[in-house]
Amino acid sequence: MSGHSTYVPKSDAGKWLEERLPIISLMHSAAVSMPNPRNLNYWWVFGGIAMFMLIVQIVTGIILAMHYTPHADMAFNSVEHIMRDVNWGWMLRYTHANGASMFFIAVYIHILRGMYYGSYKAPREVLWLLGMLIYLLMMATGFMGYVLPWGQMSFWGATVITNFFEVVPFIGDDIRTLLWGGFAVDNPTLNRFFSLHYLLPFVILGVVVLHIWALHVPGSNNPLGIEPKTKQDTMSFHPYFTMKDLYAIVLFAIVLFYFVFFNPNFMGHPDNYIPANSLVTPAHIVPEWYYLPFYAILRSIPDKLGGVVGMFGAILIMFVVPWLDTSKVRSAKFRPAYRIFFWIFVFNGILLGYFGQVSTTDDFLGIHGVTNLLVSRISTIYYFGFFIVILPVLGLIEKTKPLPNSISEAVLGVEGAAEEAALLAAAEAKA
Amino acid sequence: MNNLKQNITSIARKTAIALLVVSSVSGSALAAGDHLEGAPEAKHVDWSWAGVFGTFDRAQLQRGYQVYKEVCANCHAMDLVKFRNLSQSGGPEFSEAAVKVLAAEYEIEDGPDAEGEMFIRPREPKDSMPAPFANNNAAKASNGGALPPDLSLIAKARGHYSFKDLFMGRDGLTGGTNYIYNLLTGYVDEVPEYILENDHHVNEMGKEADPNFTEQHFELGDSNFNHFYEGYKIAMAAPLFEDSVEYTDGTAATLEQQAEDVASFLIWAAEPKMEIRKSIGIKVLLYLIILAGLMYAVKRRIWENVRH
Repeated sequence: MSGHSTYVPKSDAGKWLEERLPIISLMHSAAVSMPNPRNLNYWWVFGGIAMFMLIVQIVTGIILAMHYTPHADMAFNSVEHIMRDVNWGWMLRYTHANGASMFFIAVYIHILRGMYYGSYKAPREVLWLLGMLIYLLMMATGFMGYVLPWGQMSFWGATVITNFFEVVPFIGDDIRTLLWGGFAVDNPTLNRFFSLHYLLPFVILGVVVLHIWALHVPGSNNPLGIEPKTKQDTMSFHPYFTMKDLYAIVLFAIVLFYFVFFNPNFMGHPDNYIPANSLVTPAHIVPEWYYLPFYAILRSIPDKLGGVVGMFGAILIMFVVPWLDTSKVRSAKFRPAYRIFFWIFVFNGILLGYFGQVSTTDDFLGIHGVTNLLVSRISTIYYFGFFIVILPVLGLIEKTKPLPNSISEAVLGVEGAAEEAALLAAAEAKA
Repeated sequence: MNNLKQNITSIARKTAIALLVVSSVSGSALAAGDHLEGAPEAKHVDWSWAGVFGTFDRAQLQRGYQVYKEVCANCHAMDLVKFRNLSQSGGPEFSEAAVKVLAAEYEIEDGPDAEGEMFIRPREPKDSMPAPFANNNAAKASNGGALPPDLSLIAKARGHYSFKDLFMGRDGLTGGTNYIYNLLTGYVDEVPEYILENDHHVNEMGKEADPNFTEQHFELGDSNFNHFYEGYKIAMAAPLFEDSVEYTDGTAATLEQQAEDVASFLIWAAEPKMEIRKSIGIKVLLYLIILAGLMYAVKRRIWENVRH
């Protein structure tokens, strides 16, 4: 990574290794000496939390895989075997199932933080792209993981989602057959989903390494959205940010384990405690909550191909955000109009999530004559309008507030910054 | 041209009526959760095991097992529950000796033995609860075409997890047991007045929108009426009545008592590790809260002289 390292090996063994593979100085630069803006707020802890959740998922997942049987006739009962007979199996499974949801919560906050503070802007576009790739891989992994217990929602969710691929022109049928491993969701589907569900988290881990690498070249963005200029603007990653992140991870773990121990099925669906049955369709097929906004977009478009394009487009459009946003100013702190549109975007996303799980023909909040479908269409238009219209246009016309000269001036005031700079210079001269 | 226009108007009108009927008949009238005027309210039972500190009442689970064994088990299997589970901690906690006796009341086919023959032996604690039918087809044939579902997970497979559960500190499992309780106590012999009134209301609205509207009438057929079953028509006849079992512990076997006992037994069957889950959970959360406090103190100390 980009040579922030101040690591000097002390032991002979350390020197020996450093000459051959400088892995310790690499890790040292990534997690110890890396300079981080001093003014990061608590919205910046969710990257570390997401990393923690990925590790939780991989560790619990590997152990669950030791007891799980990926066969259409045995998968459901093998999950119940884990719940009933494997030592601490219930805890592993509930942690894994709720962990997936909490991982998505952390990542959603992480993404929204990036959008609020303009973290995707130059020179951090590749960092953003890699993050989006992680998110896309998480979607695939989460979906395939939900299929593995082979309950009713597993089976019918898999049927609905794999059927989307049918609309791909020319090769749609073939793609679907390939996903199924046959002509319907069945045992071969379960087998390949299990295999891929085990593979993809390690792909995610690899992309996370790239994501961190891409972070360390330009360094972290910060709430002011201006680059650090002097040494005074940053603090070393350790101990300042390691400790702050650890504290936040423990707080986040409290929420995770509240669900695991006291409300473990809250984020699941009761129908998934009914074994998969290809002859009985559940009354409402609802995907996991983290797909609901996209499911609502799918349902709001009155055409199958259009719906699928809209749903995948809603995710893919996030990849090009760095090139859609024309504003020179990064942080919403100095963009009063963007701030409003951003919070509408967040609220709109939650609203879309609501529409993803209610009946489209019902009245919206009981308002007579206003159906959920109608409002979800407006929501869908805002979702895409935010990216296609608001981001490019607003950047050109918005009157932004003046940016501070430097991070330390914004934090300490002009005099305070000068005072601190003098102290730092004196300390350095003494050394 | 005029004809075409009329046709389109008529199609549009018919579609609108169809939507109206769909939403009021299958949508409102027959969907569980929606409440018809005059229908009884579903009861929320005050379960001993709900909440952060809730534990099962052993005597209740034992009574619930008795109801299951003497009534439910005549039609429903419970394949995931083994006799040995009945003596495990956090459950009905029958003694191991008692479980051996309970299991031995039933037989199971085992084998092949050394001669290659299958043989019948008494059930042991390691075996599952006996299934009343050889297979699903046999079960359907004996139940007028309806398949009595396996009860191992039924309490978690019914009812929804609501936000109320999240904020009231209740365990998310009460949705299913409340549903079972209300279902078991929700049978009536006659189609009640509120259903007939709703039919009348839907038909009036339909006729107002279209003179050719075909009237809808609630037909019970061979089914039984239940206030709390989706669509109100349930194949299962009322399984429990006052004194349908005689409790060995002398508790009065009212319908409500039996329904509450068997619902508790079924949630234990679906979630046998609930007690240990909660008791460990309290320790885990306490540990994490203290750890968070310490982490915060360290973090503050480190950042003490840094303004940020």
